Amino acid sequence: MKAILKFVVALSSAAIALPSAAALNVFACEPEWGALAQELGGDKVSVYLATTALQDPHRIEARPSLIARIRSADLLICSGSELEIGWIPLLLTQSGNSKIQLGSPGYFEASQYVVKLEIPKVIDRSLGDIHPGGNPHVHTDPRNIAKIAPVLMERMAQIDPANADSYRSRGKSFLERWQTAIARWERQAAPLKGVPVVVYHKDFSYFINWTGMHEAASLEPKPGIPPTPSHLAELIDQMKRAPAKAIIYSPYNSPQAAEFLSSRANIPAVMVPFTVGGTDKAKDLFGVFDDTITRLLGAVK
Amino acid sequence: MYRKGTMALAVAAALGLPHAAAAQSQDELKSLREQVRQLDQRVQDAETTAQQAAVQASSRSSGENAMNPAVSVILNGIYSNLSQDPGAFRINGFTPTLGEVGPGVRGLSLGESEIAFAANIDHHFRGTLVASISPDNSSIEVEEGYIQTLSLSYGLTIKAGRFFSGVGYQNQIHAHAWDFTDAPLANKVFLGNQLNEDGIQFKWVAPTDLYLDMGLELGRGRKFPGGPDGGRDKNGVGSSTLFAHVGGDLGTSIAWQTGVSYLSTSPQDRTFDDTDSTGTMVTNSFSGRSRLWVLDGILKWAPNQNPTETYFKLQGEYFRRRENGDLTFNAVNDPTAVALAQTGAYASAQSGWYLQGVYQFIPMWRIGYRYDRLNAGSTNIGLVDSGAIAAADIPVLAAYNPTRQTVMVDWSPSEFSRVRLQFASDKSRSDATDNQVFLQYIVSLGAHGAHKF
Repeated sequence: MKAILKFVVALSSAAIALPSAAALNVFACEPEWGALAQELGGDKVSVYLATTALQDPHRIEARPSLIARIRSADLLICSGSELEIGWIPLLLTQSGNSKIQLGSPGYFEASQYVVKLEIPKVIDRSLGDIHPGGNPHVHTDPRNIAKIAPVLMERMAQIDPANADSYRSRGKSFLERWQTAIARWERQAAPLKGVPVVVYHKDFSYFINWTGMHEAASLEPKPGIPPTPSHLAELIDQMKRAPAKAIIYSPYNSPQAAEFLSSRANIPAVMVPFTVGGTDKAKDLFGVFDDTITRLLGAVK
Repeated sequence: MYRKGTMALAVAAALGLPHAAAAQSQDELKSLREQVRQLDQRVQDAETTAQQAAVQASSRSSGENAMNPAVSVILNGIYSNLSQDPGAFRINGFTPTLGEVGPGVRGLSLGESEIAFAANIDHHFRGTLVASISPDNSSIEVEEGYIQTLSLSYGLTIKAGRFFSGVGYQNQIHAHAWDFTDAPLANKVFLGNQLNEDGIQFKWVAPTDLYLDMGLELGRGRKFPGGPDGGRDKNGVGSSTLFAHVGGDLGTSIAWQTGVSYLSTSPQDRTFDDTDSTGTMVTNSFSGRSRLWVLDGILKWAPNQNPTETYFKLQGEYFRRRENGDLTFNAVNDPTAVALAQTGAYASAQSGWYLQGVYQFIPMWRIGYRYDRLNAGSTNIGLVDSGAIAAADIPVLAAYNPTRQTVMVDWSPSEFSRVRLQFASDKSRSDATDNQVFLQYIVSLGAHGAHKF
C-alpha cells in the first residue's frame, strides 16, 4: 500500500512539474535552434533541447523523455533536410500533438530558408548517408542564422500573437548585434582564407564556405560511415603529398581518428564547438563563432 | 556574385558614362545620375529574385518523396545449422500456438521479404502498410496495415487496422529490428511469436515531463492466444488489451522505460495438434478464457546519450498467463485415436521470462546474450483427472520448464545492413537439446526507417 502511495505521489509530483503553461513551449531538435529561440523569445519562451552538443543529431533515439516533451510543444524547430529523419517522424506520430505536425505553423525547418550546399546530383545509398535535400548543417555559417532569425521571429509572433511585439523587438536587437558580430568575425577569420583542412564529417561545410577555407578531405570515408583504417592510411599518404593545416572535429565525434591522423601526419587536430554547449566558451550562438575562430586561428598559425 | 555597385557602374559605363565628362549641362549629369540609380535598383532587384530562387531551389521540401509514399524493402537470408529436426520442433509444457514459432529450415534459406509503405494521407491521418512475402509459396501476408491520427491533440492517438499489439515490449518491434535472430521463447508460447491484431488502438500520452502513456486495444482475436485462427464469427470484440508505460532519462547517459500490459481473449475451438499414446496424430481444442499479464523493462546506456561509438541495452519481460475453460480431446474425432472426441475442464497458470543484454563495444560491432526460461506451472486437465484419457495422450502439456541460452555477434557496416552470427542451446523440447547456429544478413533498401525506442 505504501509503495502504491509513493508511486501516486511520484506521479502527481511529475504532473505538477508541467512545462510552464504561460510560456511558448519550444522543442529544439538541436542546441543552435534552442539558443536562437531563446535569443528571440527571452522569458516568453520555455526551450527544451532535444539533443546536446555531445550527441550526433543524425543518430538519436526516439526516447520516452523526448516523446513526453514533444507532446506539449507549441513550436518544433529542427534543421530539417533529413537530418532528423531517424527520430523526428517517430516522435511526431507518437506525440498526439497536432500543433507541431508537418504543415502546421508549429513545425519549423530552419534549413528551408537558406541556400543549401552539397545537394547531391546522384542519390544512392552507396554514397553513404547523404541528404537528398543538401547539407543540413546550415548553422555553421552565421549569415544563414541572420536569414533564419527573421523568419523564426515572425513564426513565433504568429503562434503567440500576444507577445509578437516582444519577439520582433528582441529579434531586431539580436539581428543588429549579430550583423556587427559577423563583420568582426569576417575580419578575424581573414587569415583562414584558402587554408586546407581535414574534417571529420561534412558538418562544417557552411563554415568552410563562409571563411573561404578549403576542405581537403574527411575522416569519414563516406558521409555517416565511421573512419576505417584503410581510409586513414590513404589520408596519411594524401597529407604527405599535400598537407592540410588542421583536422577539425565536433565534440560528438570520437577524437581517436583525428588524433591518429594528427600524430602520423603531424597536423594539429582541433575540436571546435560545432554548436552551443560544444565547449565551455560556446555558451551562446556568439560564443560558438568566437570560440571556433579563436581555436582555428590558434591551430593554423 | 558581382557586388551590385560594381555591376551597376559597369553597366552604366557601357551605356555611355565616359561621355558624362564631356557633358556640360547640369541636367544631363542629373539624368545620368538618375539612370545609374535606376540601374542599381534593377540589379539589386534581380539579385534579390535570384537569391530567393536559389533558396527555393535548394529548399524544395520533398516531404516524403514528393507525393509517393516512403517505400522500403527488407531482405534477409539465413544459414541455419540445427542439431535437431526442425520439423519436430515443439515447446514442451505449453499449448502449441497457431503461429510459426519453429527455428525454420536447415541449410541456406531466404527469410521473409518485407515491403513497407508509409505516408501522411492528409492532415488528419497517416497510413502504413507492411507486407511480408513468404519465400516458399509466394504468398503475401499483411503484417501491418493501419491508419493513425495526426490531428488529435491532448496526447491522444488512434490507430485502426492491423498492427502489432502494444502488449509487452518486443511484440511491437519488427523482426528485422530484433537484436537476436528469433523471438524470445515467452513471445513464442504466449503470443504465437508476434501478435498482430485487427482492431483499434487508443493511446494517450500524459502531459508530464516524465513519460507516461496508457492504451486500450480492441481486437478481433484473430490469432493466438485468441482463436480459432482468423477469429471468431461474432459481432463483438474478440480480444482486448490494456497497457501503460512510464519512462525517462536517468542522468545524462541512461534512458529507461517500463510497462505493464494485460491481454484478455476468449478463444473458441482454438486447436492444436499432438500425438496420443498410440502414436496417432490428434487435434485437440480449447475454448474458454485466456488472460495474460506482461511486465516489461528496458534500459539503454550510451555515453551522453550518443550511441554512435558504444552503447549497452538491457531488456527483459515477464509473462504470466491463466487459461480456464474446456479442453476437447480428438476434436476432429479421428476413430484411430486412443479415444473418441470428448470434452473436460481445463485450467492452467503458466509463466515465463527472458532477459537480454546487447553491447556495442566499438562502432559497427555488437555482442549479445539472452537467457530464456518458461515455467509450465500447474495445468489441470479434467479428462486426465477423471481417467478418460491418460496424461501420455496429451504429451505436449506434460509439465516441463524449457530454457534457452543464446549468444550473438553482429556487424552493421551502415545503418542499412547487418550481418549476424548466433549460437543457441535450446532446451524447448523435454527430450533433446537443439544446438543452433544461425548466420544471417538483414538489409533495408529505400526510405530511412525510424525505429521505436
